Amino acid sequence: MSRPSDAQNSFADDAPVVNPRLGALEWVRWGWRTLTSMRTALLLLLALAVAAVPGSLIPQHSSDPNGVIQYQQANPGLSKVVDALQGFDVYTSFWFSAIYLLLFISLIGCVVPRLKHHWKALRKAPPRTPSRFTQLPASSSAVLPGVTVAQAMDAAERVLRSARYRTARYGDSVSAERGYLRESGNLLFHSALVGVLLAVFVGGGFTYTGQKILPAGQTFVNLQTSYDSLNPGRFFSDDSLAPYSLRLDRLDVKYEQQNVAALGQPLDYTAHVTTLLPNGKPEQHVIKVNDPLEIAGTSVYLLGNGYAPDITVRNTDGSIAFQGAVPFRPTEGTTMTSLGVVKAPDTGNPKKQIGMVGFLYPTAAERTDGSFTSIFPSVGRSQTLLSMQVFEGDVGLDAGTPKNVYELDTTGMKQVMGIKNPLQLKIGETRTLPDGLGSVTLNGVDRYAAFDIHHDPSQGLVALFVGLAVLGLITSLLVPRRRMWIKVRQEGDDVLVEYAGLARGDDPNLVRAVSELERNHHAQLPAAAREPAAVR
Amino acid sequence: MVNPLDQISELLLISAIVVYAIAFIAFALDLARRSAESQAQVDLVRRQDAVVGSSRGGTALLEAPPAPPAAPTRSRRPAARTGIALTLIGAALHASAAVLRGTAAGRVPWANMYEFAMTGTLIMVVVFLVAQTRLDLRFLGAPITGLVVLLLGISTVSFHVAVSPLPPALQSYWLVLHVLVAMLGTGFFTLAGALSAVQLLQVRRSRRAESGRPERMKLLATIPDAERLENLAYRISVVGFILWTFTLIAGAIWANHAWGRYWGWDTKEVWTFIIWVVYAGYLHARATLGWRGTGSAWLNLIGYACILFNFGVVNVFFHGLHSYSGLPTGQ
Ligand code: HEM
Repeated sequence: MSRPSDAQNSFADDAPVVNPRLGALEWVRWGWRTLTSMRTALLLLLALAVAAVPGSLIPQHSSDPNGVIQYQQANPGLSKVVDALQGFDVYTSFWFSAIYLLLFISLIGCVVPRLKHHWKALRKAPPRTPSRFTQLPASSSAVLPGVTVAQAMDAAERVLRSARYRTARYGDSVSAERGYLRESGNLLFHSALVGVLLAVFVGGGFTYTGQKILPAGQTFVNLQTSYDSLNPGRFFSDDSLAPYSLRLDRLDVKYEQQNVAALGQPLDYTAHVTTLLPNGKPEQHVIKVNDPLEIAGTSVYLLGNGYAPDITVRNTDGSIAFQGAVPFRPTEGTTMTSLGVVKAPDTGNPKKQIGMVGFLYPTAAERTDGSFTSIFPSVGRSQTLLSMQVFEGDVGLDAGTPKNVYELDTTGMKQVMGIKNPLQLKIGETRTLPDGLGSVTLNGVDRYAAFDIHHDPSQGLVALFVGLAVLGLITSLLVPRRRMWIKVRQEGDDVLVEYAGLARGDDPNLVRAVSELERNHHAQLPAAAREPAAVR
Repeated sequence: MVNPLDQISELLLISAIVVYAIAFIAFALDLARRSAESQAQVDLVRRQDAVVGSSRGGTALLEAPPAPPAAPTRSRRPAARTGIALTLIGAALHASAAVLRGTAAGRVPWANMYEFAMTGTLIMVVVFLVAQTRLDLRFLGAPITGLVVLLLGISTVSFHVAVSPLPPALQSYWLVLHVLVAMLGTGFFTLAGALSAVQLLQVRRSRRAESGRPERMKLLATIPDAERLENLAYRISVVGFILWTFTLIAGAIWANHAWGRYWGWDTKEVWTFIIWVVYAGYLHARATLGWRGTGSAWLNLIGYACILFNFGVVNVFFHGLHSYSGLPTGQ
């Protein structure tokens, strides 16, 4: 069997031979042919798989920034080497990028000529009927009485056309081919991959992602300064932020209370929010963990939650040194024991500001050694305990340098209440501080929600290309490519009809398809011919 | 408080393991018997191998196979039949165990490693049994039941956890779909991997035969030749690959709902991607000169090794968003 004229990758399969005396142009050609060959594509794919591995072994800046810091502290020497090789940013590293860029260049270089080729093949007639069918993988024949050659030929063409074959007559035979879709699907798949890559890259420049911790009752306004942190894309400008505001009315949290094996495990988080668009009316919405709020081209995700004790610090004269809900960071998911820092700057004396650091135990229980722990994650009026160390001095809010809100730099500060004699408050309680520092009141404990706000205009485009890729993939893998032939010849009073099929690639159903073709052909003939005289 | 339904489920699962283990013995006996029977067929198969050897090298040609692929006749094999019957019984017990576990938890039974192993191996067995209705793959009975016994044994001993509710981040239809498709894909890849492994043995055998060395694994003469095994492996992995593509996409959609980004190179995402790329490499290898045959079979096995690694090692030892048990804590 000779190679069919449309063997798609014949140009790619022939490994290029290096000629010892190549000119510059030949070298370029040779390089291009090598890069776009199937073998290079395969090696680049495998290289891509291997190159992706280190990023799963070493913590990455993008997905696990804390992990990177821990890794660097644990392995100071090694992490210098890792860093030099961009090992903490594998997926944006030069070597990872080089592999996938080469792969995609190879892909384009491979697909473009195939597109041309396929375009031509689509408009060419099916190939000539082979002279002998017996060498083909599936063939059969029947002698039919009571029909003319013309009738058999017409019926043959009808049957093949209705089975979506493209047909051509060569003498008293019909040649038919189907499955061009297979190659179309393959080309669609590969082209759509390029589309996905471009959409991700170009679209990525227009995205932004911001984080905001919002205690219940407070309002967030979508301005750059309102975010706790904001990661803008390359093409971000202040105008990119759609104006709106969002108030957290309430955050409902349900914990498992019956199943002992999972006591205290969170079952549901629901944030009730009120949003306001310019010129709009306030609207109430619900945000859940897997169910973000879409507003003004952004998506608002509920990614975390915690407690924010509502604290008032009063000076001895009754004036207020600090008041507000202070978000604490949960240190244990199952009990919600949370760590936080309270800074009270307005004491009237910058050298005598008050800084407090300590734990909130939502449902406090005393251990035998006198320390506290939390045994359940929810807050109750009498069980909740706030326990803090108190420092006196400069809390560092005035220096203008951004400070981590969960950290208190106690250097140069004087400890007035330590671990041994901490400031302990239940909800509604007020305690006086020593040293004439005034008093602290725990008014209540609010919940806060940690929101992530995303704007990604390219998502639809990415989804479109992914959809096209899947469509192409399925067609290309599941549509069989077949050629069928029906040959008709007068034999005495009867007509001899021969059927044959040939598949490209693996086609488990070829033999069945040929016998089906024969059956359907008979059904198309005048009644007298339906009973074949003899089957050879 | 132990959930009584979960207890029954565990008992059923242990019974299933025992039945599978007996099925494994039956399949192994069958293989031993094949070995004895094969001597008579050796000459015939040698001739076939010679033909197959000469037809290699064509890639995407519309070519006629050297001989019409003889449909493997479903010979009577009492031991293999027993094996299949036992596997069916094992699968029934196994399915009941999964259903009860789901009932006990009030959700689908694939939310943690224990459940994932339980349902995933069930799907492997079901894919094997269903394939059985169209092809005679009983020679794979021993490796498949062996693998299932091993995986189930490890997971009942090491991964068993009491029934617990789903943390909010895992409450998503996309997750249900994502994991289901991943397990289905794994079922197909398991079968394909087993076929490729046998294909490699077959190739080695015919090499030995060509160089005139004595036959070592005679039973191989009674199962399909390397070419047919390769085609079967390809057809089955194609289904696996399409399912894995959906796994990747459903996972991305879920990630987008849960974490607000569809792709973040989290550890599990990385490994799902690696597996996808390796299998894409396998599909390519089938159309690449010099890689078709042994090379592509090895790639298929490497892909499967990645799947096992992703399940057994990445889930347990690697950190990532997928391994957390509740909502990530606030910044
Ligand atoms: C991003 C990298 C690539 C991926 C993920 C990829 C993936 C795939 C997949 C999954 C298939 C099998 C399904 C189908 O036929 O549509 C396939 C087939 C194919 N690919 Fe790629 N591919 C990539 C790059 C390339 C490159 C660079 C070339 C050319 C050198 C290429 C040429 C082909 C050819 C010719 C086939 C058909 C094979 C056959 O007839 O069985 N691909 N590719």
